[in-house]
Amino acid sequence: MHLRKVKEFIIERMIFLSGIMSIIIVALIFIFLLKEGLSIFWRVPISDFLFARNWYPISDPPQFGILPLILGSILVTAGAGVISIPIGIASALFIAEIAPRKTKEVLKAGIELLAAIPSVVIGFIGMVTLGPFIKDLFHLSTGLTALSGSITLAFMAMPTIVSIAEDAITAVPRQYRDAAIAMGATKWQTTWRIVAHAARPGMVAAVMLGIGRVIGETMAVMMVTGNAALIPHSILQPVRTLTATVAAEMGETVQGGEHYAALFAIGIVLFIITFLINGVADIYLHKTKK
Amino acid sequence: MVIIRIKGTVMIETLQKFSPAIVSHKMDLKLEAKTVNAFFGKTQALQNVSLSIEKNHVVAIIGPSGCGKSTFLRCLNRMHEVAGGTMNGTILLDGKDIHENDPVNLRRRVGMVFQKANPFPTMSIFDNVAAGLRLNGMAHNGHIAEIVERSLQQAALWNEVKDSLSKNGMSISGGQQQRLCIARALAVNPEVLLMDEPASALDPIPTAKIEELIYELKKDYTIIIVTHNMQQAARVSDETAFFYLGEIIEFDNTKKIFTAPSIKQTEDYVTGRFG
Ligand SMILES: Nc1ncnc2c1ncn2[C@@H]1O[C@H](COP(=O)(O)OP(=O)(O)OP(=O)(O)O)[C@@H](O)[C@H]1O
Ligand SMILES: [Mg+2]
Repeated sequence: MHLRKVKEFIIERMIFLSGIMSIIIVALIFIFLLKEGLSIFWRVPISDFLFARNWYPISDPPQFGILPLILGSILVTAGAGVISIPIGIASALFIAEIAPRKTKEVLKAGIELLAAIPSVVIGFIGMVTLGPFIKDLFHLSTGLTALSGSITLAFMAMPTIVSIAEDAITAVPRQYRDAAIAMGATKWQTTWRIVAHAARPGMVAAVMLGIGRVIGETMAVMMVTGNAALIPHSILQPVRTLTATVAAEMGETVQGGEHYAALFAIGIVLFIITFLINGVADIYLHKTKK
Repeated sequence: MVIIRIKGTVMIETLQKFSPAIVSHKMDLKLEAKTVNAFFGKTQALQNVSLSIEKNHVVAIIGPSGCGKSTFLRCLNRMHEVAGGTMNGTILLDGKDIHENDPVNLRRRVGMVFQKANPFPTMSIFDNVAAGLRLNGMAHNGHIAEIVERSLQQAALWNEVKDSLSKNGMSISGGQQQRLCIARALAVNPEVLLMDEPASALDPIPTAKIEELIYELKKDYTIIIVTHNMQQAARVSDETAFFYLGEIIEFDNTKKIFTAPSIKQTEDYVTGRFG
């Protein structure tokens, strides 16, 4: 009896520890980012860092304005969202509700395969096929644009969105569909108004995770967006994202230097953006649960 | 069983010759099932089921678990095919074959209440009741609030929820949820109401409420109720059908089924000797 209590206690503690561990690791990463990145703000005020229009980290004197990078990230991400969310949700609904069993299996396997393609491969394919296509289509001087980035990233977000949303839709209990159909709802009404409604929290989570992947993605965007740190005026211009900047420039910096700190500060900004997106998703999910 | 059916047909035909009243009486049949066979894949769940149900009557369906009661009910609003089943035979609603028309229209006329209360989880109480109206495009006639109130009153739930109509449909008790589902089914103004063990998961008090409700609803609807509760069947129904192994063993006036059934199996079942 006593032994069982001790066992119980140890198991409880271990579960608690592994739970707390993830929080501690996140906290440590954030502290590290702050430690390495905050020093840039002695030289450049935060408002200049965030809103100045020029990112010339190696000119003399250097200019550390990340506004073009923020706008580049937002543009590419928003574009990817506009493409991948409707298509992803529609595919998930199709796979879960409409497709016959065999089609469903094939499609699900295809989606999993898409998820398994390394991002550098997707980036490469985007660079050699999508780039020239967009260049010709819009008569541009370069096809490596925000739009190319959005389309490429949409392909990377889609498997996440489709597979998680499909799970959420499939998890809607049979009884709600039955209730709707028995009340004279058509197949389409049942799918759209009842099933999709009931699966909404899961679909929001799917979209958030998909977009999360897009924001954090580095390799593919570096290859297809053209990497020009300029304020974009249209989706058909080259842009550079926050992540691509860090990845491309980190190798050239001197540890502890200004440029180095500025890149870490970009890391802080990325961290905060992701944190905010998750927070919004959380608030939304809690609201719908009530 | 075969004998009963033949006897029934013969009787009606003979009586028709003598009494024109019977003819008009026959016109009042709301639902007629004729030699219905239902299958799940190769398993046969119903065998030659024939049953005639009069308008504004309450028919109870009783029988041991697995005998096909739910399957029969689900044939009547073509939900059986939604679950992947098949059937043959004829089912007439107001004399018209239900398979000749769009199942969506049929289900608007033949409402269903399920064994387990299933309010839509993302909707408020109000929206749950209004759901059918909105789905059926009846929303624009502007009376939604009125219809919702009327349906909730019919389902004897109005007084308990009238101040919390915007609360989630899942936030009320099980018995209230079941009455909410009844209100939801009533809101689209069906002609027939199918109830599959609507009170099986409920305490005596909500059960009594649902029984009173059935008594009230009979004025406007034709009701078919599946129940495992003999007293309930005896209390609420006009006729009772006893199912066993996918067949109708006996179908008759409820009083007769419970006091003087003609078939031994029925007697054994209603007196609790088996099943
Ligand atoms: N979805 C299904 N797939 C295959 N067989 C089924 C399915 N649903 C029911 N059956 C079978 O059909 C027969 C009749 O089932 P049904 O649900 O109509 O019984 P019931 O009389 O309603 O029983 P209960 O009183 O337990 O609800 C049973 O033998 C059952 O095993
Ligand atoms: Mg049943």
